[in-house]
Order: sequence, then structure tokens, then C-alpha cells
Amino acid sequence: MLTGLARPDAGTIHIAGIDCSVRPKAAQHLLGIVPDESNLYPELTGYENLCFCGALYGMRKHDRQARARELLDRFGLGEAAGRKFAGYSKGMKRRLTIAAGIVHQPQILFLDEPTTGIDVASARQVRRLIADLNAGGTTVFLTTHYIEEAERLCRRIAFIVSGQIVRIDTVEDLMRQTEGRYVMQFAVAGSAVGLGEAMAAEFPRLRCQVIAEDSIRVESSDPVRVGPLVRFIEEHGIEVSEARKVRPSLEDVFVRVTGIEATAMKREKEKAGAGA
Amino acid sequence: MRAWIAFWNILVKDMRSYYLKPPNVSWGLIFPLAWTGMFFIRSGAGLDSIPALLPGVVGVSVLFGTTSLLAVTVTFEKKGRSFERLLLAPIPLELLMLAKTTGAILFGIANAFVPVVMAAFLTDLSDVNWLTLIPAVVLIAVSSTFLGLFIAVSVSEVFEAQTFSNFFRFPMLFLCGLFFPLEQLPIWLRPLSYALPLTYGADVLHASIHRPSHMPLVLDFGLLVAFCMALFIVSLRNIRRKWIK
Repeated sequence: MLTGLARPDAGTIHIAGIDCSVRPKAAQHLLGIVPDESNLYPELTGYENLCFCGALYGMRKHDRQARARELLDRFGLGEAAGRKFAGYSKGMKRRLTIAAGIVHQPQILFLDEPTTGIDVASARQVRRLIADLNAGGTTVFLTTHYIEEAERLCRRIAFIVSGQIVRIDTVEDLMRQTEGRYVMQFAVAGSAVGLGEAMAAEFPRLRCQVIAEDSIRVESSDPVRVGPLVRFIEEHGIEVSEARKVRPSLEDVFVRVTGIEATAMKREKEKAGAGA
Repeated sequence: MRAWIAFWNILVKDMRSYYLKPPNVSWGLIFPLAWTGMFFIRSGAGLDSIPALLPGVVGVSVLFGTTSLLAVTVTFEKKGRSFERLLLAPIPLELLMLAKTTGAILFGIANAFVPVVMAAFLTDLSDVNWLTLIPAVVLIAVSSTFLGLFIAVSVSEVFEAQTFSNFFRFPMLFLCGLFFPLEQLPIWLRPLSYALPLTYGADVLHASIHRPSHMPLVLDFGLLVAFCMALFIVSLRNIRRKWIK
């Protein structure tokens, strides 16, 4: 709706003072859009694609050529500038698609799943580029299923479930929910299956959960005393190989707010991505 | 000015990516050549039959040249989601769709003149009224292109575009008076003929090359313009309804 590809059935949209619900095209020159699919033109080279996208926003020939060269260098694609987009790797395609989204220097950038399905090095590079754009004054709307990515890159986060925003807040305020919660995680040498109930009975003020065959998670509203827990586990014939304090994450907040297991959601997304 | 920069670049990209590609250029040459040869041999009337065949071959070349490529290219870009990039650009939809269709219109016009050039080597074309023939070719190209656009917006797969195009094109070969006079058609089919834009284009082509027109030329041209506008408006409405939800 904000980008103009869907019409609102109620309410109004204002971008930079322009009422987009009445004039959807009027604000499009302010927006850069990077869809979840790298949808540039396979038959054009990287350089031609950027020049063409600049032309769509009315940039003059000299300006768009200079900007295309600048972006290709900035995105590490200078050497591939003359190669056809169809021959790019997934990470290169993603970077060029982001470059195409900002070729006209938009004030607002929409990024849909910018790092889904690309290799680790490219994903890190893309995250760095997004952070740089934001630091340079571009407002970035980032849609992602990777909660740690949102936590790392965003200032305000909206949790959307079934098309509804269930919570919108700054990262600091969202994380405040986890204040006063203490989490310890124990790695064990044997199988911890079945130990969760015994621990819950022995330590009723703690929330004990066997999260994997060799891993137990303990949550409490008070600092967790490790000694009794380690002794209890070892009395059951299971050796504790590691005990570490875990900082509650935004994923914990997400799970608490939405009731959806974030990892399950991410797995679904990756499965869908692999199948596509 | 900004919108016209976009218009020009969309047109140039489409010409380079689709219409000037060697397979399409060769198709644009071979197709009219094959039609001309086929009808010339089939008629068996010698070189004298060329002026009577020429309007039909010109009409068919334009019809097939425009609808084939436009219906496929728009559907192809829509499927690959690169068309979304155009819809998101700050260009009025009307101008965007004119930019997307102008390449096909020019390709259709170029196709039309392949049989004309060939005929010029075989027969005397000094009696041809170019002042009516050229506008007629342009309007046939525009109406056929907009028909291709209408088809492209109505389907979602490339093969559907081809099938749906043929649903219109092949009946038009027989119903529009390109090769057979409308009077030879059964009376119950004639209303269908008058509902097709090519009927009016074919009448002007015949009148420009070898015989008097069946209808006043002003009426032919007026109806061709009306068909062009109607097809374009309906296609735009369908784009807004289907692609901008």
C-alpha cells in the first residue's frame, strides 16, 4: 500500500505530506523499493540495469551513468558491471537489486527479505550497506523473518502476525520486557530427556526446559544459583559440560508477544525459499 | 520531462531486448514472405493478383507481428516480476503502457512494409494511395498492439497469451475481409466482422491499393481510432483492477 501497488480499503497514507491514498503516484519518486525477488532484467548488464532504473525515475543520462558506476563500485560489483544480470550469483543479484532501489537516492527505502537465500559473506555485506544507508539519512523499512537481523539493524520493530501488527516499539522498549529475567543454559554429556520434570519438581521457582537432548534451559526472575542445579543434574548420572548465562533476545520477546516459535517460522521460510 | 525520459528508455530497452533481436527480426521478414508466397502460389493468377493480395498480407503481417510479441513480452515481464519495477516508477500508467506498446507498434509497421517492398519489385504500385495506406497501417498496428495488450493483461502465463491470441487472430484472418470479401461470408457471420477493428483497416488497405472501399473512409478511420481508444482504456482499467490491488 505504501509503495502504491495495493489500494487501502480504509484509512489514509501520507508520505512527506503527500496524501498517497488519493495520489498514489505522487510520492513514488521519494521511494526506493527492493522486492524479495531480484527482479532486474536478465538480458541487461549490471551497469545497464542501474542506468535503466535511473531512467525510470527521470534521471538524465550523464547523472544516471555516473551514479551507476558509483553504486557498482560501492556494492563491490565494479568488475561485474559489464556482465549480464542473468549470470550473476544470488548474492551479486541481491546487491545489484538493492543498488537499483537506491539509484535515484530515495528518502525512504523498502527492503523485503534482503538477505534471504544468500551466502553469509553477501548477507553481512548487505547488512553493512543497509546500516550505511540508514546512517546516511535514508529511512529504511525492512521486512524480515530473521529476528536477529531486525534486532541488529532496526530502531523500531513491528511484529506482524497474519497481516496484523500485534506490537510496535523501539528495540530498547521491546527488550525492556526481558529485564529482571535470568536465563542459564546447561550443556550435558548424556541425555537430558526426562530431566525437565524432575528439575521443575525440585526447583519450583525456576522454569526448567529440556530444549535439546543435551541442553537444558533454566529461567528465573531471580539470579540463578548454578551450584545446586549442577549437583542435581550430576546426581542423576549426567555430566554437566558447560553452564552459561544467556542474554534474553528479541526472539524471546517475539515468542512471548505472538506465541509463535520464531525458529519454526524461520524454518518454514527457509523451506519455502529452498523450494522456490 | 522526467516521465518522457522514462518513456524513451523503456522504448529503447524493449526495442533492444525484444524487437531488434535477430530471431524476431528474421521472423518479421520471413513471416510476411511466407504469407505472400503462399497466397501468390495458391491464387495461381500470376503477378496481376499481387495488388488484390497485398492488403491481406499487409494486414496479417501487422496483426501477427504486434500481437505475438507484445502479448508474450508483457506476460513474460509480469511473470518475472520485472513489470512491477515499471508499475512502481513515478510514471503515469497511461504513459507507461504507451511506452510498453510503442515498440510493438513500430515493429508492426515495419512488418507491414516488408510485403509492400517485395511487391514493389514485382508489380507497379504507382496507383497506390499512400496518403490513406500509411495512416491505415499505423492504425492497424496500434489497434492490434492494444488487442495484444488486452490479451496480455487477461492472462498470467506466456502459453496462455499465445493461445488467447490465436483465439482472436485466426478468426480475424477470415472474418475481416483481408482475403475474402465480406459479401461472401454467411449473413449471420457479418455482424462479427463489423465488431473487429481489422475489418475497417482492411477496407482502407483495399481502397488504397486496388478497389473502392465498402464504407466511407472517414467512417473506417473513425472506427479504427475508436477501437484503439476502447482497447487501450479497457486494458488500463484491467491493469488497475488486476495488477494494482
